Amino acid sequence: MKLKLNEISKSFGPVKANSKINLIVDRGEILGLLGENGAGKTTLMNILTGLYKPDSGKILINDKLKEFDNPREANQNGVGMVHQHFMLVPVFSVTENIILGTEPTTIFNKIDLTNAKEKILKISSEYNLDVDPDQLIEKLPVGIQQRVEIIKILFRDAEILIFDEPTAVLTPQEVVEFFEIIKNLKKAGKAIIFITHKLHEVLEICDRINVLRSGKIVGEELPKKTNKKKLAELMVGRKVNLKTTRQNIEKGEVLLEVNNLSILSDNKEPLLSNVDLRLHQNEILGIAGVQGNGQTEFIEAVTGLRKISSGKISYFGKECKNFSPRKIHQLGVRHIPEDRQKQGLIGDFSLTENIILNTYYEKTFSNNIALNWSNAKEEAKRIIEKFDVRTNSEEISADKLSGGNQQKLLIGREMSRSINLLIASQPTRGVDVGSIEYIHNQIVMARNKGIGVLLNSTELDEIIALSDRIIVFYEGRVIAEFPSNADPNTIGLAMAGVN
Amino acid sequence: MKFFIYLSNYFSKRETIQEIILIPVIATLLAIFLGLLLLIVSGSSTQIALTALVALFTGSFGSLSAISETFTAATPLIFAALGIAVGFRAGLFNIGAEGQIILGGIAAVVIGFSFQLPFFLHLLFLLLAGAFLGACYAFISGWLKATTGAHEVITTIMLNLIAYRLLDFFLRMPAIQKEGRNDPISKSIFETAELPRILNYLDPNLRVHMGFIIAIVAVIFVYWLIFHTTIGYEFRAVGKNLDASKYGGINSSMTIIIAMSLAGLLAGLAGATQISGILGRATPGFSAGIGFDAIAVALLGRAHPIGVLFSSILFGALIAGGRAMQVSADVSLDLITVIQALIIIFIAAPILIRKLFPWVFK
Repeated sequence: MKLKLNEISKSFGPVKANSKINLIVDRGEILGLLGENGAGKTTLMNILTGLYKPDSGKILINDKLKEFDNPREANQNGVGMVHQHFMLVPVFSVTENIILGTEPTTIFNKIDLTNAKEKILKISSEYNLDVDPDQLIEKLPVGIQQRVEIIKILFRDAEILIFDEPTAVLTPQEVVEFFEIIKNLKKAGKAIIFITHKLHEVLEICDRINVLRSGKIVGEELPKKTNKKKLAELMVGRKVNLKTTRQNIEKGEVLLEVNNLSILSDNKEPLLSNVDLRLHQNEILGIAGVQGNGQTEFIEAVTGLRKISSGKISYFGKECKNFSPRKIHQLGVRHIPEDRQKQGLIGDFSLTENIILNTYYEKTFSNNIALNWSNAKEEAKRIIEKFDVRTNSEEISADKLSGGNQQKLLIGREMSRSINLLIASQPTRGVDVGSIEYIHNQIVMARNKGIGVLLNSTELDEIIALSDRIIVFYEGRVIAEFPSNADPNTIGLAMAGVN
Repeated sequence: MKFFIYLSNYFSKRETIQEIILIPVIATLLAIFLGLLLLIVSGSSTQIALTALVALFTGSFGSLSAISETFTAATPLIFAALGIAVGFRAGLFNIGAEGQIILGGIAAVVIGFSFQLPFFLHLLFLLLAGAFLGACYAFISGWLKATTGAHEVITTIMLNLIAYRLLDFFLRMPAIQKEGRNDPISKSIFETAELPRILNYLDPNLRVHMGFIIAIVAVIFVYWLIFHTTIGYEFRAVGKNLDASKYGGINSSMTIIIAMSLAGLLAGLAGATQISGILGRATPGFSAGIGFDAIAVALLGRAHPIGVLFSSILFGALIAGGRAMQVSADVSLDLITVIQALIIIFIAAPILIRKLFPWVFK
């Protein structure tokens, strides 16, 4: 099937999320849709899948005008989407999940699982997906869950497939397998839209690349005739420097030492087992690993947010037994949490209110009873200016900022006061290319000044670009350690548990 | 204008001032209109409905005595709804204001009749005792939530039921029950423990008492507490985002306990002022559902102290106007309950109001 979008526009109040967007995908073609957060990718796809109605413009499938009132109608017209966050019921089997919403029935409304299973097996073997229809979703790794999502839309006879940031949750090995699957789908004549912000991926897999910025298509490129730098500049709208320069420095004394750290979950399953590590002055220690291998728990433990079961955590040579987050903060340990909206900021609070989140009780901001809002406001203004947070007021609520600006605010808050050690978790997740450059430079500058940085990221590229030393977490253990110049493939294998 | 911009910043960050003021106003007018329509549909003449409407307004704001009645009815609502608003800010849904009012009232009665003290001292003692017992009662729920995770909705409802029975029990105790009475009624408090009527010099029949002034002081105090103190900051941080508050080093368990106790303290004051300013003694059901009305008031006022003040006065006006309506148009007071319920429904469904009156929100 051939999909054509003609002059699609959509506004939310004064904001033009999409303006006059033209886009074509033919059968057997992979179109890359590249854009920063807030560029209008999601809105466009929501229009295409029937969640929103466009203000103006046309959707043509096989040159026939279509209008979708809801996702089901889009489905019936062959449009299917694999969302970034999977929509699966964990306690249901693969088959039950796939048929959910279109359950085939026999007489007396009995669900026809046998036929459904056959169809699933057929699809699975046709595209080399290799999924067991009887498995429970909760027992499957993320990569396989994604395949279940793919089968789900193929089961509904989708011909136009949309993938929203499909590689965000995958290991490097799973990404390779995923690309194979996509190529199979392409061979079978599907039209594919691949949404991402990762430049190397579009260059590797797509036939054509459309770049979206502030609701408009600002460029169409062919992978063979373009490069990362050019794409990044189209995305951001100005020149960007993709490489962070980092000179080697002699590392200093030990700042953080973790010995034999173990954490058990509430039902006594090990989340972390016998983790040892040391972080020095002038050092960026990268923690690589696929999400969910104990990194989150580890960071929570060293920042005082989670109780440890056994082992020892020492800052600056002194053991910190059951220290509260505030006590650890008072040592000069700053934490950029992995989820800025859930943990780092309070969305409904103003920027000023957010700036004092972990220092509101200090002398500068309070006299133990009343808060000193004018000092807080000044501090907010200072950080907004110094860390280039784009906003017209420090009184707007934090959730009005874009992801990149939220992250800059957060980083500004943590790095502007006396700091000895920085624990940065996913510091550039969901952040635009321009801000990534800025944040990386801030981290390297901190390290050059003598601060130790613990960098936790699921983006291997980021870890390799910044770290002086790399450790890999797998199933709650540190299973490997690499120098900064290690081969990415070897690290990738370690992330998948191969050592 | 600057005042309104300032207000809107804190009132609610997501909505415009327009919506904050317009929606409640439209909701109220619409609810009154529907209430009267209900009257006509159920067989009353248009004449009666109009008389009722006029009585509703004159009975609440039409004269000095009407205004006095409105403020009198608003007084306990302000205290209790402030308490519930404090809870909301800290992410707690306190259904227990009714029980806390009862406990506050019991304490007030006991202090009020047990001994005589100089006027001002006695009154102060009575109010403190009411506030203290209310706080203690709410503390139970806060403590249970912080230590065991028991949900405050469940525990406060259960404590309400216990409070009702506790009141019945107290009113039959020989030390408390009025001498020579067989029905459950407490002894009357001494005059030295009564809240003086503030418009006494104009007309001794005007019932509005000092409690109203104290309630306004409480509004200002709670406003300051929520928006200008470290404790208020902690309340709001815990209420808006528990994970972020823990990350910020806030002891959320302690914050929950303090917020809940403060809510109980304010509800206890509602009970104490009601006893000391109006009733003079306790009877079964003296709390009269104020603790439940206060939940509606706090919602209507969007958990903001100033919003709570205005919505308490609105509910007070409905109560005072409703009584006048009953007298002059012979319309049941239950109509007021219907109108109150409709207001809350419209407030809870702002989209409905936007759809009905799109031109207002242009």
